[in-house]
Amino acid sequence: MTNQPTPPDNTPGSNHPSDSDNPKRAHNPNGSDGTTARSIRVPILTRVEGEGALNIELHGPSVHRVELNIYEPPRFFEALLKGRSIHEVADITSRICGICPIAYQVTAAQAIEQALGITLPYELAALRRLIYCAEWIESHVLHIHLLHAPDFFECHSAVDLAKKFPLEVQRGLKLKQLGNRILEVLGGRAIHPINIAIGGFYRLPSHNDLSALIPAIEQGLSWAVDASQWIATLPFPNQSFPYDFVSLAHPEHYPIEDGYIATDSPDTTGNSIIAVKDYESHFREVQVPHSTALQSRRIHAHQPTNASTVARETTTPTTDSNYFVGPLARLHNNRQNLSPIARKLADTLRLDTSQRNPYHSILARAIEVVFAFEEALRILRALHPTRTPKIDFTLRAGVGYSATEAPRGLIFHRYEFDDLGRVLFAKIVPPTSQNQGQIEADLRTLVSQIHSEQDLFIAKSCEQLVRNYDPCISCSTHFMKVHIHRR
Amino acid sequence: MNLPTTVIKPRPRIAVVKFASCDGCQLTLLDCEDELLAIADRVEFAHFAEASSDLQEGPYDIAIVEGSICTEEDSHRIRQLRANSRHLITIGACATAGGIQALRNFGLHEDFKRTVYAQPSFINSLAESTPIALHVQVDFELRGCPVDKRQLLEVILAFASGRRPKTSSESVCQPCKRRGNVCVVVTQKIPCLGPVTQAGCGAICPAFDRGCYACFGPSTSPNMTSLSKSILEPNLDPAQASLLLQSFHAASPPFRNESIRLWQLSKPNQPPADLHPTLETPRNDKSAHTS
Repeated sequence: MTNQPTPPDNTPGSNHPSDSDNPKRAHNPNGSDGTTARSIRVPILTRVEGEGALNIELHGPSVHRVELNIYEPPRFFEALLKGRSIHEVADITSRICGICPIAYQVTAAQAIEQALGITLPYELAALRRLIYCAEWIESHVLHIHLLHAPDFFECHSAVDLAKKFPLEVQRGLKLKQLGNRILEVLGGRAIHPINIAIGGFYRLPSHNDLSALIPAIEQGLSWAVDASQWIATLPFPNQSFPYDFVSLAHPEHYPIEDGYIATDSPDTTGNSIIAVKDYESHFREVQVPHSTALQSRRIHAHQPTNASTVARETTTPTTDSNYFVGPLARLHNNRQNLSPIARKLADTLRLDTSQRNPYHSILARAIEVVFAFEEALRILRALHPTRTPKIDFTLRAGVGYSATEAPRGLIFHRYEFDDLGRVLFAKIVPPTSQNQGQIEADLRTLVSQIHSEQDLFIAKSCEQLVRNYDPCISCSTHFMKVHIHRR
Repeated sequence: MNLPTTVIKPRPRIAVVKFASCDGCQLTLLDCEDELLAIADRVEFAHFAEASSDLQEGPYDIAIVEGSICTEEDSHRIRQLRANSRHLITIGACATAGGIQALRNFGLHEDFKRTVYAQPSFINSLAESTPIALHVQVDFELRGCPVDKRQLLEVILAFASGRRPKTSSESVCQPCKRRGNVCVVVTQKIPCLGPVTQAGCGAICPAFDRGCYACFGPSTSPNMTSLSKSILEPNLDPAQASLLLQSFHAASPPFRNESIRLWQLSKPNQPPADLHPTLETPRNDKSAHTS
């Protein structure tokens, strides 16, 4: 047997003794004098989606090992999709993640539609974008208020935070509810919606039901602006890492469900744009022993951009590199295409993504919430009544792919199916598996900066750093195909 | 006399614990936007890793469990949690039936591992994904993929105040009629699992012109034979009908048994076996459990 991903050693019910004040921290007999080997373990990462741990080993001041240990049991989605009908793929893949099911449903549907040569008419495409906006709102607001903001005020949870900031937390819950309301109207329910079909939707809500959302979304937009102004006042730690920002980009609008892949650093041929169909020749996944999630790497060398940007890792032209996906990357690559109020806020709140400060992610998320409300309003105001929920198509064998922007960043799907619509092959690359390598690199740098601090401080700082990524561990565990054996 | 008029009980201590799952059911708790802060006044979330970094030790009054058991470690962890909890409630299809990942119970676990991972030997997972009740005594099972918010609140508040939760035991057809849906089977010949599915969702799918796909699992005493004869077989070939029963509650005995029967019916003129790896080697019914 090998050094497999291991579960936490003091989950509830465990008989392992631990410090009742801080049950998650491993005991450190060596103190922090920096001369001996120390190991710090965070056995359960909290306020993240899914189950993971952190293992840090220090030898004096040098960082020996930093691992994001994902022990969440694998669920083998790519294998169990084999033989299923293309009509079931959206419903099945959504069960990868209860927080971002629409990302899976829309990406899967688009990949299959691409294979079948289906182009959605404007109204249906706009409603797909609308339901995706709703998921951005719900997921981002959840992360900002319930999972991440408590870090900045030494609070354990949103319930604690509500004692200090009752209005802000209440406002966050109301914003989240609005995202869920749009999901319910258009998707049937907030978690694992049931209305995404190949070719459109199963049934459209009435034009009146959609129009009735407008006043609530207008109110939501104003709350979202207030929320982002509050988030801008958080005490962001200073930090800067050499990120390669990877996201979708689109010539005309802020990317959600379409566009090409934009990178922040050109490859050896000087190209910084990648077509979605070429995703797999520019990014690859590797398996590491300490994680049930595969990790993605960009295949190419960093071509250092001009010296005004922060220092980048030195890599040889043939080395794979880490990259960064998520709101900060999206905003960096697409700032000019933000909706008017969101763009103005990004400027007045002085969000400078070129600083590459991971702690600014929460502010990028807050600005994207404003964008999502504006975009939802734009779509709803321009919408004409439409009767046809989905367009007809002729079934045929095919291969299709799609990339969209899940709340946590770029997600890629590819499917191959036969002439009866049965899936032969599935590949799903979620955002967190792409960020995993970068997360470990960030942690390594952070730990080397603060190695002389107490273990508790180091553990807490590392957890906060990981939360910048809003990692979705259930997602990262269940995908990543490597190869399929067919007999 | 200066006695308090009501006895103030300490708030029940709750642990919310995740096994193999998507997180959607515990997210349902965070989706109770109007009620969240009020619930936090009534109960104490002593261990809720998704929501709080303050993870307290047991014992707990109520453990709320999401997810299925897929690893040796987890089968150990659930027993410890049970020993440390006065009541244990499972929420969602994974915890009550093994979830979509229980498709691997139908066989070929090693193939599944090879499909996803280059080095399957790193991956430590059991051949089967099993419901919590197969490992420990469960005091209440709440169905749904995901669970319904109103039902979840009812269950938590009922246990917190020491009464039996009031949840429906009817099939989806009853709330579907009450909602005023037009039957999708009768009018559009869309295969629908509503007649054999536990109510609780509010009959959402038929309201959106699609058949129920049974994400709340089998109802009490489902008539599977009648479902197949009157709804599935007239509208689908047996292989398709079989797969329709193999989703989020694939390992629930009524669905499992009927799906295997339908699959065997389909064998003579069906496509190559490797397209349907999940059904090739049915195992003994280990997932039977009382609900």
